[in-house]
Amino acid sequence: MSAVTAEHGHDDHHDDHAHGPEKGWLRWIITTNHKDIGTLYLLFALAMFFVGGTMAMIIRAELFEPGMQFVDPKFFNSMTTMHALVMVFGAVMPAFVGLANWMIPMMIGAPDMALPRMNNMSFWMLVAGVLLLASTLFMEGGAPAGGWTLYPPLVLQTGKALPFAIFSVHLLGISSIMGAINIIATILNMRAPAMTLMKMPLFVWTWLITGFLLIAIMPVFAGAVTMLLTDKFFHTSFFDAAGGGDPVLYQHIFWFFGHPEVYVMILPTFGVASTIIPVFARKPLFGYSSMVYATASIAFLSFIVWAHHMFTVGLPISGELYFMYATMLIAIPTGVKVFNWTATMWKGAMTFETPMLFSIAFVVLFTLGGFTGLMMSIAPVDFQYHDTYFIVAHFHYTLVPASVFILMAAGYFWLPKWTGHMYNEKIGQLHFWLSAISVNILFFPQHFLGLAGMPRRIPDYAIQFADWNMISSIGGFIFGASQLLFLWIVIDTIKGGTGEKVSDEVWEDAHKHGLEWTLPSPVPYHTFSTPPTVIPCDHN
Amino acid sequence: MSTSNTTYYIPHRATWPVLATAGLLTTLVGFANYLNGSSIGSTLMIAGLAILVVMLAGWFTLQATESETGMYNHGVGVSYRMGMMWFIFSEIMFFAVFFGTLWYTRNLSVPWLGGAGSNAATHEFLWSGFTATWPTNGPGNVGGHFEPMGAFGLPLLNTLLLLTSGVTCTWAHHGLIAKNRKQLIQGLSATVGLGFLFVLCQAIEYHEAYTEMGLTLGSGIYGSTFFMLTGFHGFHVCVGAIILSVVLFRSAKGHFTPENHFAFEAAAWYWHFVDVVWLGLFIFVYLM
Ligand code: HEM
Ligand SMILES: [Cu+2]
Repeated sequence: MSAVTAEHGHDDHHDDHAHGPEKGWLRWIITTNHKDIGTLYLLFALAMFFVGGTMAMIIRAELFEPGMQFVDPKFFNSMTTMHALVMVFGAVMPAFVGLANWMIPMMIGAPDMALPRMNNMSFWMLVAGVLLLASTLFMEGGAPAGGWTLYPPLVLQTGKALPFAIFSVHLLGISSIMGAINIIATILNMRAPAMTLMKMPLFVWTWLITGFLLIAIMPVFAGAVTMLLTDKFFHTSFFDAAGGGDPVLYQHIFWFFGHPEVYVMILPTFGVASTIIPVFARKPLFGYSSMVYATASIAFLSFIVWAHHMFTVGLPISGELYFMYATMLIAIPTGVKVFNWTATMWKGAMTFETPMLFSIAFVVLFTLGGFTGLMMSIAPVDFQYHDTYFIVAHFHYTLVPASVFILMAAGYFWLPKWTGHMYNEKIGQLHFWLSAISVNILFFPQHFLGLAGMPRRIPDYAIQFADWNMISSIGGFIFGASQLLFLWIVIDTIKGGTGEKVSDEVWEDAHKHGLEWTLPSPVPYHTFSTPPTVIPCDHN
Repeated sequence: MSTSNTTYYIPHRATWPVLATAGLLTTLVGFANYLNGSSIGSTLMIAGLAILVVMLAGWFTLQATESETGMYNHGVGVSYRMGMMWFIFSEIMFFAVFFGTLWYTRNLSVPWLGGAGSNAATHEFLWSGFTATWPTNGPGNVGGHFEPMGAFGLPLLNTLLLLTSGVTCTWAHHGLIAKNRKQLIQGLSATVGLGFLFVLCQAIEYHEAYTEMGLTLGSGIYGSTFFMLTGFHGFHVCVGAIILSVVLFRSAKGHFTPENHFAFEAAAWYWHFVDVVWLGLFIFVYLM
């Protein structure tokens, strides 16, 4: 671990950042402070995680047994649609933006985000977008029920909710684009002089690339839903063959957005994992530069593989082949990453605190999700897997025990730094084991269901699928209930946790791994008013 | 990059962003209600737009004052420039969707409807009698008979107008750098004037399309792509011209120095972007 000294020391400017936070509740509305805004994002995401989770519980309750139990089919379909939209746009993405807000300035030695007012605006646009989306649940005709992909012509049958859902996508897009611009400008323009690009922590690198993805794809989604709007209300024929358009065109545009979108959720996940694992393995990250290049290659490839979501739609055979091979290529840089995490742990002096447990589970279970992805990338066999529970299992493995686990790992990892309080390690470990076991009871059987032919997005099913569905539902209920432990821990830690005073570095020797651990715990309201001159460097 | 953190200006409370969100949300809720045929829709929309206008005026004034009182150092300027560049990149991606749609329908989906590739049977059973040509309103003759828009005439004139405005904009920039305020103001006035003239010509063109040529947004895929691309572009010309007007107003008040004129640069970049998009439109929508 090399330490690097910058060429110049403090200049003798007067420190004019003595302002503390605004008094009262108004602080949380007009704040421009990256830590406040990070907190807002994280708490909002946590709330949405439970809203989306409630919808998942409704889905699993209905699927507990064959036959119709609790909800009518239309509402069931609204639940699958809204669950996905809320989790993707309300929980996972905002949670990572929250982490970016909190951590990036502290990791690169910046006093705040580059564009603080816009930072405030991107948070409120997110809230507005999610409010608009949630309001559709109460409208005549119900919330959108055609799947989160909003495929026409089905989605055009939505009732009063349609324009609200579309504008919600616009607002969420604006929010994400502004957030991404801010993050990129911060990383490129606000680094401490000694923080060169190839010294940046991987979390910062992955967010730089994710920011680029977001700016490139959110306008594409906005364009697609705008065409839905005009097809419905202004007589255009973009997705209507009678007028010379094509519904498949929507799918192309959607997935040009949608595939990079799944990487928007996984790249920052990779970044956090690469930050946590070295600390608990007490070794520098293995293969730092290959991690950077792998991230960039994944991002590049993510733009040229979208039609693997459309193998069964009737593409020309050359298209099937191209998208099949291109998709398989993604496994290479992904494999590099998994190899590097494993090699980082190899012969490390490992300890297994909660953040590390979640990170190890991530490495194993994400890999499993990657393997099923590879299976589905084989076009001829995807004819069997497509639109079954197999793909549901695939993407839940890449999202729940990957992105969501890592988000929780991040919570355990940085909460002591943010609050100055230690969380309850016993309850943390209990939360981990319950989650890690139940998530597999929940999703692993869905592989079998899918291979046996059970379609996704249906409220009722044939009798032969009953057993695995019941097991999956039981896993789901345990998983859902276990998350209440996490909620308890977050509240408890904010309120004082174990009462033990945490040191500045929190985790043993963490100051060797990143700048944020050189700051006091809890972190003061303003940090790095003068740029740090010594940069801990987590790699050789 | 090596800005000293102590002089990087960090504002401490922000009220305009919240108002911006409230304004946009009100506008969109209003628009959605309007589309659903609800009577409060248009009222809400107008209220929302009013909030947005107040917000923009307030926020722009605040930024201009801060800039003129020297609160922004070089580092802040770099952040603003990066912000604007990436914003324009997002706009490019937005237009790319509609250009992509035009390409896809012209080269793939319309020929497929006519039986190209492996679609002979589909053509025979679903749309027999349809020959794939461009422009088209599809096998369903959606929207009825129409005449396509020619390239020469108003569109060509508009091309000249926009290209000239790009030149006057750069001329104004040279004036600003050479501390020639008169040239700055004249150049900007010409740019804004040409911009609004462009919009006027486009309005006339649309009017002709609707009243004389039978060409509407509902004229199948040709009408859809034509009005979507030119319409969004026209909207961007309006936005660009409004931004340039603000810059013109500030120039008249004596703002900007040869070293420090981010607002001018941002407006000019945006204008050139709108210009380039138009060239794409002229080639792919009108000429080809
Ligand atoms: C190892 C790399 C991966 C490969 C090769 C891969 C491949 C695929 C394929 C072929 C499909 C389409 C299946 C079908 O519809 O029949 C698919 C769907 C999906 N994948 Fe992956 N995937 C990979 C990684 C990921 C990651 C990292 C994520 C998210 C973080 C993800 C999220 C999704 C989602 C959400 C869907 C389903 C979308 C939907 O139809 O609703 N995948 N994947
Ligand atoms: Cu994909």
